[in-house]
Amino acid sequence: MVDKALNDTHQSAFDAIKETVGEFTVADPKMRTKNVDVFYGDKQAIFDVSLDIGNNEVIAMIGPSGCGKSTFLRCLNRMNDTIPTCRVSGSMSLEGEDLYGPNLDPVLLRARVGMVFQKPNPFAKSIYDNVAYGPRIHGLSNNRAELDDIVIGSLKKAGLYDEVKDRLEAPGTSLSGGQQQRLCIARTIAVSPEVILMDEPCSALDPIATARIEELIDELRENYAIAIVTHSMQQAARVSQRTAYFHLGKLVEVGETNHIFTNPSHELTENYITGRFG
Amino acid sequence: MDKLHLDQHISQQFNIELEEIRSKVLAMGGLVEHQVSNGLTALLECDGDLGRQVATADFEVNNLEVGIDEDCIQILARRQPAASDLRLIVTVIKVITDLERIGDEAEKMGRFASELADTNQQVAYRKELRHLGGLVKSMLRDALDAFARLDVDAAIKIAARDEDINAEYNTLSRLLASHLMEDPRNVSALLKITWCARALERIGDHSVNICEYVVYLVKGRDIRHTSFDQIQAEFSTKKF
Repeated sequence: MVDKALNDTHQSAFDAIKETVGEFTVADPKMRTKNVDVFYGDKQAIFDVSLDIGNNEVIAMIGPSGCGKSTFLRCLNRMNDTIPTCRVSGSMSLEGEDLYGPNLDPVLLRARVGMVFQKPNPFAKSIYDNVAYGPRIHGLSNNRAELDDIVIGSLKKAGLYDEVKDRLEAPGTSLSGGQQQRLCIARTIAVSPEVILMDEPCSALDPIATARIEELIDELRENYAIAIVTHSMQQAARVSQRTAYFHLGKLVEVGETNHIFTNPSHELTENYITGRFG
Repeated sequence: MDKLHLDQHISQQFNIELEEIRSKVLAMGGLVEHQVSNGLTALLECDGDLGRQVATADFEVNNLEVGIDEDCIQILARRQPAASDLRLIVTVIKVITDLERIGDEAEKMGRFASELADTNQQVAYRKELRHLGGLVKSMLRDALDAFARLDVDAAIKIAARDEDINAEYNTLSRLLASHLMEDPRNVSALLKITWCARALERIGDHSVNICEYVVYLVKGRDIRHTSFDQIQAEFSTKKF
């Protein structure tokens, strides 16, 4: 009985979320998604989500645990392919190219759409080799000098070079947590991606390392489109230009971050960002 | 979202803090209203003691302003409020600034009233002052009510009443100006009365500000420096 009552509450909350509030398209899109549904086996995790990711913008995806924001993010570079029961429908494209089309190589896609994870996960290799790994397997350099340029350039862009320039042969795992995360960002940048996806990139970091990453995100925005999933509302408010609020697998509201954090249109968004009962 | 649901945060402590701030602002509003009313009475009834009482009581208003400001700063620092909570805190900071100014105007009236009473100078234009004061007092009361009830429609209507107050003040100013020219012996008293009329007119302006903040708090729209017609067109009653 209790379960049934809970289910009913859940169902009515779910039914109450109608169309996404706010404009989900942008004038200059890098990626477009339309009417996306995602299933894990019989269970549907994402319901009819449409959302553009614009060039040179940071879009923050926020929402309670289990709201589908990470699932959605992982669809953007087909990370969910590794889960056998996962099924994606609807349209997703990068520069007009269908992400799930028959001619698209997911390995190449993941070079164009890079990802940074919650826990820094450097390979058990040297700092240099961590960054050089991607360029090597994708054959982006013809000789050592070119590879050096890529590695050093990427470490510089990730704001890590000055701290590690004298010990590029040291293991990546010898760095501090914040440095490891910047190393992972350097590794992502090294293959010249067009989009960077970040899944809670700062949740394992202290405030100073977090501030460095946030500063970096702001700099990277000049050259990349960035989508970041975060549980820190303040972080979303600080780093993003647009914010998307997910709830129960639906995209409830999307809009300018300025607007979402001062005067959100949907009651559920308001409740979430102000810490009220949802 | 016309209601703020201040009691629905997951953090009970935050609910309590916000409710405390809200009730302190209402208490400050009540005190300021009282001060204005007494200041006006002191002037109209040549009551020097009451005037002095108003002037000395202004510190209570100031203390409330400082205290509420501190509470708001603590919430900004510790809670990082967003959306309607953020708007509430910003609104409170602004409302209490205007309330403190209104308190200063009441203090001014009290001081002039006691000076006039002490020197046995007659208060001219009492009827006009009573009328102007009545308009101002009711506008302030209604503005504070609109804030307490988060009533946007009322706030917009109340703000429009400032025009009547300005018209009344202009008429009284003209009377005072010609009287000053005709009766230079009474310059000192007439100037004090002019300043009291001016104080009342300023209280009307501060009440308009409070009304504007109510609209910002509830609707998230800043309507300052927007014409009344525009505001009405955008926020006409039935649209919500």
